[in-house]
Amino acid sequence: MTLLQAKKNRPVRIIEIPDERARAQCVRFGIGEGTLVDSAETLMAGPVLVRHRNQEICLGRKLACRILVEEDPRGSQGRDPVEGAADGARLARRRGWRLRRRGV
Amino acid sequence: MNEAHGSHHSCHGGPAVQAPPGARKIVLVGNPNVGKSLFFNAFTGLYVDVSNFPGTTVSISSGVMGDDVVLDTPGIYGVSSFNDEETVARDIITEADVVLNVVDAVHLERDLFLTQQLLDMGLPTVVALNMVDEAESRGVSVDVAGLSAQLGVPVVPTVAVSREGFDRVREALDSARVGVSDPVLQDRLLSLLDRVGTKAEALLVLEGDPFIAERHGVEPQGLRDEIYMDRRRRVNDMVAKVVSQRDRSLDLRTRLGHALMRPLTGLPALALVLWVMYEIIGVLVAQTIVGFTEGTIMQGYVEPAIRSVVGSVAGGGVAYELLAGEFGVVTLTITYVLGLLLPLVIGFYLLLSLLEDSGYLPRIAALTDRLMTAIGLNGRAIIPIILGFGCITMATITTRILGNERERRIATALMAFAIPCSAQLGVIVALLAAAGGLGITVAYGGIMFVVFGLIGVGLARYLPGASTDLLIDLPPLRLPRPINVATKTYHKTVMFLREVTVYFAAGALILGVLQVTGLLVAAQDALAPLTESWLHLPREAATAFIMGFVRRDFGAAGLYDLGLSGGGILVALVTITLFVPCIASVLVIMKERGRAFMLFTWVGSVVLAFAVGGILANAISWLSAA
Repeated sequence: MTLLQAKKNRPVRIIEIPDERARAQCVRFGIGEGTLVDSAETLMAGPVLVRHRNQEICLGRKLACRILVEEDPRGSQGRDPVEGAADGARLARRRGWRLRRRGV
Repeated sequence: MNEAHGSHHSCHGGPAVQAPPGARKIVLVGNPNVGKSLFFNAFTGLYVDVSNFPGTTVSISSGVMGDDVVLDTPGIYGVSSFNDEETVARDIITEADVVLNVVDAVHLERDLFLTQQLLDMGLPTVVALNMVDEAESRGVSVDVAGLSAQLGVPVVPTVAVSREGFDRVREALDSARVGVSDPVLQDRLLSLLDRVGTKAEALLVLEGDPFIAERHGVEPQGLRDEIYMDRRRRVNDMVAKVVSQRDRSLDLRTRLGHALMRPLTGLPALALVLWVMYEIIGVLVAQTIVGFTEGTIMQGYVEPAIRSVVGSVAGGGVAYELLAGEFGVVTLTITYVLGLLLPLVIGFYLLLSLLEDSGYLPRIAALTDRLMTAIGLNGRAIIPIILGFGCITMATITTRILGNERERRIATALMAFAIPCSAQLGVIVALLAAAGGLGITVAYGGIMFVVFGLIGVGLARYLPGASTDLLIDLPPLRLPRPINVATKTYHKTVMFLREVTVYFAAGALILGVLQVTGLLVAAQDALAPLTESWLHLPREAATAFIMGFVRRDFGAAGLYDLGLSGGGILVALVTITLFVPCIASVLVIMKERGRAFMLFTWVGSVVLAFAVGGILANAISWLSAA
């Protein structure tokens, strides 16, 4: 599902952020592909508010539509803060390979 | 993807600020809203130089501390070329001798990303761990020694608002060190070093910065994703080791922040804030204070004094007219800049700094984002548009915060066409009140809203390119510090006046020449038939439009004495609101968006004003006949 479809106040794991610029900016904010964020909520008639620890970011709806997420089966319990990033690193390696193959 | 223009130096190495030989360049770096400017003000004292970075509209401050030069950089989340702020920060950072990185103890996960990037660049760094008091009150505790060991650089806990820890930061600058980085990454940097020169720039090349790569004649490497994710992992790892948080529940401030973004609570709050702003800028400053500074002081004392001096030196005739006549270069410039603009600009920047420092602006952006996307903008654009109701000239400058040139153009055009500034709004409100009432006020507001929407939708459709999406970090709500607000207001005001004065003098000269040559009266006569037959207004209304070229409120004020009916007032007000922006904003539009775009808004607003006004006038007479 997309970030826009995420249920209110439930943790979700970010799977893919296709925009290059948005992906880099999100990683700077602390949210990468693979990160389990505390909650995502679509504000009434507005953008999506994502909370991750003490960090809050707002993403426009069109951008949120392109971001893929999944509900975390374990809920918010027992998560390892490093683990999410490790998943992300695997993804990045995959992406890095793709980038190199395109000859960028 | 289009990066912001990145190369400010035609050749490599032209530094932004020259440091005397032997002086260290200490560069302050940090995320937005972490209190960097408090460090800068405390370290450099009163004698601070604020200037535009060459080739950009981003201002940088520099000052002196002992033998060293201190440079402040715009708040950034990472070093690259995503926007003007980053480009400027990047070019200053890569030339730093010592980096003082200010981080927010509450948001270490975010802030340490930039820190780690600075360490990866191989820059000697000291970290100021700021807002430790706030962190404590939110249940966040940081192991300072542990963090210092992890980063490999000195870390000093501080509370910038009360200058706690500043002495220790100053001492620590002497022991700034190149911190811990990733060995694999460092190997990669070394292999680039012979071609690029510095590690800092080598890293940017690896991360795919096209401008730094071009500067050194090498290919940018597309490794940003990989390096970023790896850095993020290292930072998360570090945070997990040194930060512990007792309580994750939402505190009152966070809840208040949410309420400001939800329409049911956020819209009334916004309406209240706008009303207070209008009372301050539109009523107190634009009418009462400007009435005194422009009317009493300038026109009452200063202008007559200048006229008598110029008269005794230059005699009468053309020279007198050009220097001290109705549009005299000396009189008009002094009256407008000091009598009219100075109070408006101070009031304007004071409110803007308060809003900025409180953390409210990003929440307004979130609240209005969806509405703004309909006109090709995102929520951030609400900021210049709200400010436009204060002063279009100033608001045009704040379009710099928007994501790309397409958005800046849409916002600039919308303001130039359809937003009345506070000076004009004052006259409009008075006229609407005189015309007797709610009905006509609602009609005026409705027509302007529809025209605003149509222009926005039209521009969004026909301007090439795509607009950016909202992606912002929401800083915590804070009570602004008066001293910080005052310093910001002072520097911005001085810089604004320094920039616009020459444009005003030029504008006055052009008008003066038009008047002396008789072209102004000729234009007045030429306009008259259009006014009468198309707009169904009395012939004299043409004068209002001619005056409108100079200042919007002059134009509106010219309608006072015409004794118009309700329908006539509606037509006249709609036309004069859509009519050209004042000379000051035209000049700023030219400076910010270029001459072609200035002509587009200027000619476009004349056409639009008469088209909409005429259609309205004919619709009204058709309706009353039927």
